[in-house]
Amino acid sequence: MTDAPKRTPLYDLHVALGGKMVDFAGWEMPVQYPMGIMGEHKQCREKAALFDVSHMGQVILRGDNVGEKLEAICPQAYATLKEGKARYGFFTNEDGGIMDDLIVSNAGDHYFVVVNAALRHQDIPHMKAHLDGVEVTEIFDRALVAVQGPAAENVVGDLCPAAREMKFMETIVADIDGVECRLSRLGYTGEDGYEISIPDADAERITKLFLAHDDCEPAGLGARDSLRLEAGLCLYGNDIDQSTSPIEASLAWAIQKRRKEEGGFPGADRIQKELADGAAKKLVGIKPSGRAPARQHVEIQCAEGNTIGEITSGCFGPTVGGPVAMGYVAAPHGKTGEQVKLIIRGKAHDAEIVALPFVTQNYKR
Amino acid sequence: MTTYYSEDHEWITVEGDTATLGITKHAADQLGEVVFVEQQDSGEEFEKGGEIGVIESVKAASEIYAPLDGEITAVNEDLADNPSALNEDPEGAAWIYKIKLSDSAQLEDLMDLDGYKALIG
Repeated sequence: MTDAPKRTPLYDLHVALGGKMVDFAGWEMPVQYPMGIMGEHKQCREKAALFDVSHMGQVILRGDNVGEKLEAICPQAYATLKEGKARYGFFTNEDGGIMDDLIVSNAGDHYFVVVNAALRHQDIPHMKAHLDGVEVTEIFDRALVAVQGPAAENVVGDLCPAAREMKFMETIVADIDGVECRLSRLGYTGEDGYEISIPDADAERITKLFLAHDDCEPAGLGARDSLRLEAGLCLYGNDIDQSTSPIEASLAWAIQKRRKEEGGFPGADRIQKELADGAAKKLVGIKPSGRAPARQHVEIQCAEGNTIGEITSGCFGPTVGGPVAMGYVAAPHGKTGEQVKLIIRGKAHDAEIVALPFVTQNYKR
Repeated sequence: MTTYYSEDHEWITVEGDTATLGITKHAADQLGEVVFVEQQDSGEEFEKGGEIGVIESVKAASEIYAPLDGEITAVNEDLADNPSALNEDPEGAAWIYKIKLSDSAQLEDLMDLDGYKALIG
């Protein structure tokens, strides 16, 4: 990868706001602003935070029976996804591993898909190769902004009253200050909020309108990571990858009943077997009892001192007020309340397996 | 009392053969909000370049390296309960160790304030 990092339409705004820019998946993105990760995290939990997620891939799928065709590469029930609804899902490979996670929306005359920034180069050809008769178009001329937090309804609703009427996982096209935007009531922080797709030319102006609200402040990738971890949401590349199955990743909830029973998606053999018999390892929440954060790759041992797994994501959780982590453990050790040891820089630290999420999710269902 | 600076962004204030060691304001600003400090115990001996502690911010862990040879004579226990002091007053109240120097001549390898300012630009 020798290409210069790419910039979103909001790059100049990030710099003007004092954003500390870092390379992320080939994009120059703000990791934090002068408020700091801790302040931005709290802002999102208590009021509203705005994230630039324009680096993620926005894809339009047009054709007949797109939802049905998606079922050939995803274990989700997209054929029965109602118009105006969005659904979390993932592509699986032939071994039952997760190729990427994504959000699919039924936008009426097309389907709208958002995929991870780092994997758009894999996902677009994958969809083109497997969605017969479907026109797969990646959008390069729209920004994507997430407004998240208990005040998000007011921040977005003041500019776009229709937003107030939306429920969790609904998507609409609506006017914001004369610009046609796509609003989806979802996000990846555990809070209520919206992801808003805005034409590049208007992205900075509309973003500034959101930020002009007293309750809305910009937040960077640092806060986004601690927020999603407290919310118990997987990050692709950390917590899930080509080798982990959705059942191991505790994502069985994201596979609808019909698909679990019928199969017919890549890796269905393994996934159905693990649904029936359980997987050998599972992704769990882990709460270190001390103050030392347990980062990715920290070894997890059982009380007797045998290795039972590894941390996949870990940081200080500002809302929890202490370290939080997720990781895989051998299934017999995955019960809530199990006492484990984390080997941080050679020293054993006490920790406990806990139920996810670490904070209550505040979605408007 | 003279203050010296290392390329790893520590400061040491020396009085005779004892000294106080901490991290610079510049380092603290780069780390972001500190949430945990792992310190060694009083009595531990160390060599120049050795790891003598870890500072964890919300996002990442950063090692503290010994700027010279010595022995820890006191540990700032307040940092265990109040790690954010390292952001608020890193060159004052949030000192990390008191140390006994093994070889004062090693101080010559460190920078003065002007040298350090030039390093961090």
